Amino acid sequence: METLLGRYKNLIVLAVILFAQIIALAVQVRRPTQEGEIRLIRVWAIGAVTPFEKAVVHTQQWFHDKWAGYVYLRGVRSENDQLKAEIERMKLEQTRLSEDANMARRIQTLLAFKEQYIDQTIAAQVIGTSGSEQSRVLYIDKGSNDGLKPDMAVITPTGIVGKIVQVSASSAQVLPINDQLSGVGAALKDSRLQGILKGAPNGTTTLQYIMSDEPVKPGETVITSGGDRIFPKGLLVGTVASVEPGKDLFLNIRVIPSARLDRLEEVLVVTKIEEKLPDTKDLGPIRASDILSQRLPGLPTPPAANAAAATSGATVPAGQASAPAGATTKPAIGGGLTQQSPNATTKPVAQPGTTVPRPNTTQATKPAPSTTLPVVKPAQPNGTTTGTTTAAPPVRKPPVTTPPDTQTTPETKPQTPPNTPPPTQPNTGETPPQ
Amino acid sequence: MTTRAMPFRGSYTSREQMAAYEFNWLAIVLIPLIAIFVQAFFTAKLRFLSILDLPMMVVIFFAVARRNPISGCVTGAIIGLVQDALGGPAHPIGMYGITDTIIGYLASSLGVKIDVDNPGTRFLIVYAFYAIHEGVYFGVGRGLLRQPLQWSWSHVAIAALANAVVGVFLFHFLDRFKQR
Repeated sequence: METLLGRYKNLIVLAVILFAQIIALAVQVRRPTQEGEIRLIRVWAIGAVTPFEKAVVHTQQWFHDKWAGYVYLRGVRSENDQLKAEIERMKLEQTRLSEDANMARRIQTLLAFKEQYIDQTIAAQVIGTSGSEQSRVLYIDKGSNDGLKPDMAVITPTGIVGKIVQVSASSAQVLPINDQLSGVGAALKDSRLQGILKGAPNGTTTLQYIMSDEPVKPGETVITSGGDRIFPKGLLVGTVASVEPGKDLFLNIRVIPSARLDRLEEVLVVTKIEEKLPDTKDLGPIRASDILSQRLPGLPTPPAANAAAATSGATVPAGQASAPAGATTKPAIGGGLTQQSPNATTKPVAQPGTTVPRPNTTQATKPAPSTTLPVVKPAQPNGTTTGTTTAAPPVRKPPVTTPPDTQTTPETKPQTPPNTPPPTQPNTGETPPQ
Repeated sequence: MTTRAMPFRGSYTSREQMAAYEFNWLAIVLIPLIAIFVQAFFTAKLRFLSILDLPMMVVIFFAVARRNPISGCVTGAIIGLVQDALGGPAHPIGMYGITDTIIGYLASSLGVKIDVDNPGTRFLIVYAFYAIHEGVYFGVGRGLLRQPLQWSWSHVAIAALANAVVGVFLFHFLDRFKQR
């Protein structure tokens, strides 16, 4: 017996070690770790490796900051000028978009839509990976000491990254969206088709469970749908790279993530998401007339409103082009749940840098003689418009850009009272209160 | 007939000449840790470096240098388990452990039989063991855990080549930690 053991000692040791590990695998498969639970060996391994990674990353960052902030400043002046110009352009863009946002908030409030807001984020640095090809998990330098918990969303300004799966005291493990175990509720931005974005072992991401008869085109933007209760709705995910027929009547849609998952340095962890009704407090009170004005494009404005508009001045600077919510005028473009009459879309838009007259309510609400008004069924008590309409679905049209010389037409020429700012007053870039 | 003592000019050929090496305990602890650290750290910056498997190379190096199958098994198991521990949910603890245990055993068994100090041999050893490593990993993942792993001959061939090239230089560097 002893000679047998001695002869096969190596093989026996090999068998014992392998058997022990197979048993360990079986235990893990039978009894997976619960939410937030982390195995002791992982704690030890992470504790042994991440301090070195953090030290190296922070040292590297320190040198980079010193170099970029004090030594290598070539081209900073021109870059600064470019950025200033970009800020100006974006302020103007924001002015225009804020009008749309205000209107959307009002409508959401009316329909009691709850919106998810990213309330709090923590910036973290990527300090390492699993190091293997099969697993694409990342490690960040923030952990439970910083308030991180499993299932928190990890994003970058360019797109979503993944979610936190395991947290230790000073580091956390992130499962990126291209990992084979990842699944994210996603939707196509234009068609609003919803599916699940899944990762693959080779690191690609596919949008699954979209029927093969749906028209999906490459280049379409993919956003989060909010269905997974991890990522707030509407965050950028990526773009459709290719569409192929898959199995079981579903399309195989390959998506290129917007965030550069292969070279991430800094990420934001969403630590608090608040679900609340849109804040329309600053937009003024919402009255029944607002609701009607947003839903019934052809509703004539009460004479009182006309008088008020005339006394308050018909000209507003760009950026304040739309009337406050309390006003009885119709929203600027595409307001309400139904499409405006065609002539309504030709109303002046809050064009950046131009003075836009306040919509002449009598003129704006007048139906175009040559066009047919959209047939809209009356609004239901629950705040929704039901039934078929000949109007297009509430998809927003691109803003109509009116040439500068046609901004002020004779019909809409502002009746500027003496105390109002001149029409040519430059845009201050201020955004209206949200 | 006179016999002259010939100086050694080539690789070792007889089993008597192939001595087993020992290592300082600090090197035994730090070299695998540094390999795992480098693997985890640099793949965060350059994702394509994940085709290299530095911990596996360290397992092979220790196994062929010590020429002891038991220590090869144990070294492989420990390094593999640490790699597993750093993996995500797709990595149940034991996948790399089993794989590296087998690699450690085979490498140390092979080290007893052939000369492993020659760069050409090292190249072939790392190339072959990387392919075996991937095959065992694939078998464990698909066979035991039903994971959706995909096998690609071309990928394995290219990755094995990259590992073999890096392995030759890494072994040359690690030779300086050997002790008789």
